[in-house]
Amino acid sequence: MQGLLDIESLPRSEIEAILARSKNFQPAPRQPFKRFTTLQNRTVVNLFFESSTRTRTSFEIAAKRLGAEVLSIAVAASSVSKGESLVDTLNTLGAMRPDAIVMRHAASGAPHFLSRYLPIPIVNAGDGTHEHPTQALLDALTILDRRGTLENLRVAIIGDIAHSRVARSNIFLLSKFGVEVVLCGPASLLPREMGAIAPGVELTTDMETAIRNVDVIMMLCVQLERQHEAAFPANEYFRFYGLRPEHVQRAKPDVIVMHPGPINRGQEISSEVADSQRSAILNQVENGVAVRMAVLERVLAG
Amino acid sequence: MSKLVIRNGRVVDPSQNLDRICDVAIQDGIVRQIGPAIDATGSMEFDATGMIVAPGFIDMHVHLREPGFEHAETIETGARAAAAGGLTSVCCMPNTQPVNDSANVTSYIVDRARRFAVVNVFPIGAITKNSAGEALAAFASMKEAGIVAISDDGKPVMNARVARRAMEFARALDLPLIEHCEDLHLSAGGDMHEGLESTRLGLRGIPRSSEDVMVARDLILAELTGARYHVAHISSRHAVEMVGFAKKRGLRVTCEATPHHFVLADRDMAPYDSNYKMKPPLREPSDVGAVKQGLMDGIVDAIATDHAPHAGAEKMQEFERCPFGIIGLETALGLALEQLYHPGHVDLAHVIRLFTQNPGRILSLERGFLRPGSAGDVTIFSLDREWTYDVSRSVSKSSNTPFHGRKFKGGPVATIVAGQIVWQL
Repeated sequence: MQGLLDIESLPRSEIEAILARSKNFQPAPRQPFKRFTTLQNRTVVNLFFESSTRTRTSFEIAAKRLGAEVLSIAVAASSVSKGESLVDTLNTLGAMRPDAIVMRHAASGAPHFLSRYLPIPIVNAGDGTHEHPTQALLDALTILDRRGTLENLRVAIIGDIAHSRVARSNIFLLSKFGVEVVLCGPASLLPREMGAIAPGVELTTDMETAIRNVDVIMMLCVQLERQHEAAFPANEYFRFYGLRPEHVQRAKPDVIVMHPGPINRGQEISSEVADSQRSAILNQVENGVAVRMAVLERVLAG
Repeated sequence: MSKLVIRNGRVVDPSQNLDRICDVAIQDGIVRQIGPAIDATGSMEFDATGMIVAPGFIDMHVHLREPGFEHAETIETGARAAAAGGLTSVCCMPNTQPVNDSANVTSYIVDRARRFAVVNVFPIGAITKNSAGEALAAFASMKEAGIVAISDDGKPVMNARVARRAMEFARALDLPLIEHCEDLHLSAGGDMHEGLESTRLGLRGIPRSSEDVMVARDLILAELTGARYHVAHISSRHAVEMVGFAKKRGLRVTCEATPHHFVLADRDMAPYDSNYKMKPPLREPSDVGAVKQGLMDGIVDAIATDHAPHAGAEKMQEFERCPFGIIGLETALGLALEQLYHPGHVDLAHVIRLFTQNPGRILSLERGFLRPGSAGDVTIFSLDREWTYDVSRSVSKSSNTPFHGRKFKGGPVATIVAGQIVWQL
């Protein structure tokens, strides 16, 4: 596998292989994580042009558990502010010969652009409003843990769809498995074209319609920093698109509630729901490490 | 003085329905004779057997970047690239540094062009001072200094009242007003056409409506003022339809299309490749089809390249940070033949008209035709020579093009300006 840039171009068989391998990296209940030496003497550079605690830490732990050396760089604070271009930053790092670069960037397609010039595999840890492939993989693993299969499921994704890389990656992944995906959000954050980016996608601006009869509810962060204008009145957003206990009751009784984090309690999701039995939010975090181990192993040792 | 006889080519001048194999004689920069077996005693001869001999091609929309951005292009290098594309005249947009909004800057460009350009360079002056969209620039003195039209290209005139006043003054001076049609509020932050592709790629969109509302506004103002109004780089199917409607109403309205807008759609873009980033953006296949149909029907009057050089480092960035624009002088004729002539959509005279008679008429250049007494500008091209565009051999200083490596059938063979061969294959 030559890096991981997006889910859209990843074949279903590859996704299945990663998910299957991830299961080997999940710890048994009350057991510590196993450590591996698969990536001994390999160096992974975590290059985060956008601040992120959880994703960076998750990749870091994943690489360390596989025995790799990890170097995490928060670029926002270093050379970019001195005016160095992305190409120069990467060329500099490339000259140090890491075995893989894990990269997060605020610009959509930044890892695709770099991969044309760098011979080093790049793992996309989130690019602008485009994709966040490992998030979709860990979400799929979390659903598999509770449902055993992705087939014949119905999943609602709710929030700022337009600006969400989590939504795009999940749509592409779920669609490859025939999942019915319902996208829900205020009209200005729900482009009509979203209904056509993958098969089996429906759109609605009505929360009640969205969650009727679904197996999974994925809430998205409200990412005001990605919005360049007031696309909706903020207080109305929370009133109409915040997930509360009365919503969950309308979904299937064993519905799974997910959220990529960090959660804004009392805003897009109420505390009661976030902390309920239905919530898989902490499982997602845990699965993040297992999935990223599988991805790094595939990219580096494969 | 010097005399040149172009021998035995197929001479095609749509302005006089001329299409015959004969010779063309140019002396002292002026066409002297068109006919068979011209006496070439004491002349230089160019054998054009098997070639098309046409009036010199005119590109009414280029950016030569001088003064101010000479790292990307100069009047000299841009003119050489034009010659290599078979163009004998180019009209340069005023978004230089400083902006061409005064007779001083116009005179500077005219002077540099006289000294360094191998083709004719006709400057276009700004509509507003510094193209800021507020106070009108000095049209009359710029016209005396040599401008052939006014435009704030790169930006629209957002204020409708300013646009109205500009049209009124332009009309009095008989200058065409060329608008870059983009409502900046609707397009703000966008990097590519708003549609399925932008949604898929997570890039911010430039909606078609941002072009349409500006074209609609301007057509209303053109009717109100009676100005000669020209839409630059038309790309939206609705805009084409509206221009067609305005022409039916008898307004003095024209428009141009760039080759990339009748060749490429948004979905043809290599992912996040800034060589596909321009304004207006590559739109949907239905828009590409409408622009092409407009070229066939006569709604679109001219092919213009919007040649927009950017130095390598500027385009080697994250897609959303890259500047807009691509170069186009060397590929325009090849693309026009590929899309319009070879598939049989139009005849040869029609293609030539889009590069000659029409832009010449829109800008009152007294060029774009080939008859005794006219300027000795001639484009000689082939209809069947197969070649591949290699941008690394371009004479432009920049190489931002999506057409690198494209194979062409037919293209320029020699470019003659005022009787001098300024480029030949």
